[in-house]
Amino acid sequence: MKIVALIDFLKKHIGRVRIVCLYSLLALVVIDWLFVDKSPAHTGPEHYVAFWALFGFVSCVAIIFLSKWYGYLGILTREDYYDEP
Amino acid sequence: MTSPSLWIHPALILFAGAILLPLIPGRFKKAWLLLMPTLVFLRVMGLEHGVYGTVPFLDMTLTFGRVDRLSQVFGYIMSLMCLLSSLYGLHVRRDTEHIAAWLYVTGSLGVIYAGDYFVLFLFWEFMAFSSVFLIWFRGREQSLWAGYRYLLVHVFGGVLLLAGIVLRWNATGEIAFGPVGVDSPSAATWLIMLGFILNAAVPPLHAWLPDAYSEATVTGAVFLCAFTTKTAVYALCRGFAGMEILVALGAVMAVYGVVYAVLENDARKLLAYHIISQVGYMVVGVGLGTAMAINGACAHAFAHILYKGLLFMGTGAVLHMTGESRFSHLGGLYRKMPWAFVFTLIGGLSISAFPLFSGFVSKSMIVAAGFTEHQYWAAFFLMLASSGTFLHTGLKVPYFIWFGKNNCTPETWERAKEAPWNMNAAMVVASILCVFIGCYTPYLYNLLPYPVDYQPYTAYHVSETLQILLFTALGFFLFLDKLRPEAKISLDMDWFYRMGARAFMWLARKPVQEADDQVGEVYRFGGLVPLMAAARFSAWFDWHAIDSVVDGFARLVRRFGGEVRKLQSDQLQISILYAFLAVGAMVGWYILSY
Repeated sequence: MKIVALIDFLKKHIGRVRIVCLYSLLALVVIDWLFVDKSPAHTGPEHYVAFWALFGFVSCVAIIFLSKWYGYLGILTREDYYDEP
Repeated sequence: MTSPSLWIHPALILFAGAILLPLIPGRFKKAWLLLMPTLVFLRVMGLEHGVYGTVPFLDMTLTFGRVDRLSQVFGYIMSLMCLLSSLYGLHVRRDTEHIAAWLYVTGSLGVIYAGDYFVLFLFWEFMAFSSVFLIWFRGREQSLWAGYRYLLVHVFGGVLLLAGIVLRWNATGEIAFGPVGVDSPSAATWLIMLGFILNAAVPPLHAWLPDAYSEATVTGAVFLCAFTTKTAVYALCRGFAGMEILVALGAVMAVYGVVYAVLENDARKLLAYHIISQVGYMVVGVGLGTAMAINGACAHAFAHILYKGLLFMGTGAVLHMTGESRFSHLGGLYRKMPWAFVFTLIGGLSISAFPLFSGFVSKSMIVAAGFTEHQYWAAFFLMLASSGTFLHTGLKVPYFIWFGKNNCTPETWERAKEAPWNMNAAMVVASILCVFIGCYTPYLYNLLPYPVDYQPYTAYHVSETLQILLFTALGFFLFLDKLRPEAKISLDMDWFYRMGARAFMWLARKPVQEADDQVGEVYRFGGLVPLMAAARFSAWFDWHAIDSVVDGFARLVRRFGGEVRKLQSDQLQISILYAFLAVGAMVGWYILSY
């Protein structure tokens, strides 16, 4: 199965895959900074370098931590919570 | 224009197909299961704009077939999804499950082509009562209760809707299914809106959705995820375009679903929470109400039905094969079910709005409309939610099912293998459509109700989207430990009615029962005992007082009779003497008394 072989190959070289991914992220920010026309932006901050990259990262981290915090307030509970005692 | 000739409603074809299904011989059944939805799809494509199927009823005219651009885009995707879902469920041997699913779609198509609120209500309820079987047929005890909760919540929503419809009819005499006065909302407007947004799963009226969909059958969930909420979005587009409160509600629900998805351990329940999040985008679009926003809402509903169906198909295939849908009991399945992984990933990339996938060309229309209308906070909320969407559906779902730590039990691992051919075929078609819509925008844009003047593939938009999504992926892998599945459930708004019902039952069992016992005791001591005493007393009184008076009187009479008898000797003259004396006494008494 070619998909499985491809996944195994990527897993085997996971270090290199990580490096390629990180460089791709950097390249994306640089390309956005140097080449992308910012005129369609609707708000001022969108013109800052890496605004949407930061927005994505901060959103992701905020969602993870705020949701977990919310969960531990008492929202997360045992699986048999609703079973009749 | 009203067509006097025979007009066949697309829903009627499916209704007939469902009713006749048990009569179809076994070897033709699968062909029938594909033929009928195909006929419905062809019928929808062949419909011409106009008003059909008008029926006089009392002093009203009911309209079953109003065909315009808005109804056509929804009719098209609903009938297409019915075909795909039927293909996906082709292996299901239970006729009744197919019948319930088709009747459910019948209800949805009925609502979409309804021209007035009474016909809408009829099909609205038809949907609720047929779809509940898709939950019950799972056969688990939890499914039974989840089904009852689903039904009760929908009946409640239906009552609100009907109340609104009747109030409006009473006040204005108007029943046409159209805008209901969003500029100066009356009680009727609010009630109809509540009925609609309950089905659209707008918090706090949303908890029925994850509760029920995660308990549905594998095929049932694929049907359910498409029809109820998107039919409600259609109804909102029709009746509430420009209702400002929907912008706020939609933005909140887009984030709400994402927050719960972080906590969720069940893959299908996570996807159900993501329906809430995605429908949030559509609700914002309806609230904005501009041509571009309504186009966006319709486009997103169209794309969403396909990719969400695909996601439920992928996770459903895992559940079907392994019997498990909890992340804490799955993991590392890529070797066993690689194709299910690929299809689910395509669904995940589509819902996350990756460039070249369907979500990219639909979701961005709503966000762009938000920015254009200067609803900045709502637009940024939606951008935040799209980061969360990729985090969960694009990353968490595939990672913790097909990669990550292998938490499978030996039995789960043993059972895991590729899904049956029909499931894979449905996933192939849905995947192709997701990519096709993302790559060839005119296909979707030409179906939309208003002319489209929007180009998603600009350098800025592609760059913006890629930055958000790829840096979300960075956050995911950096904080992977925080997202590890926990074998827990999260409490939601259903807590209030589940525990409320339990409190009610406790109230019935304990205090009410206790009070009943006490009243019984009071009755026994305060009622029965005195009553018995009174009865005994009256018996005694009867015996000793009344009877003795009566007996005494009787004895007196007897004694008197005896004495009188003694007087009656044989001598007649003595008798006559007594008689005279008696008469004389009477006459004397008479004279003296005057």
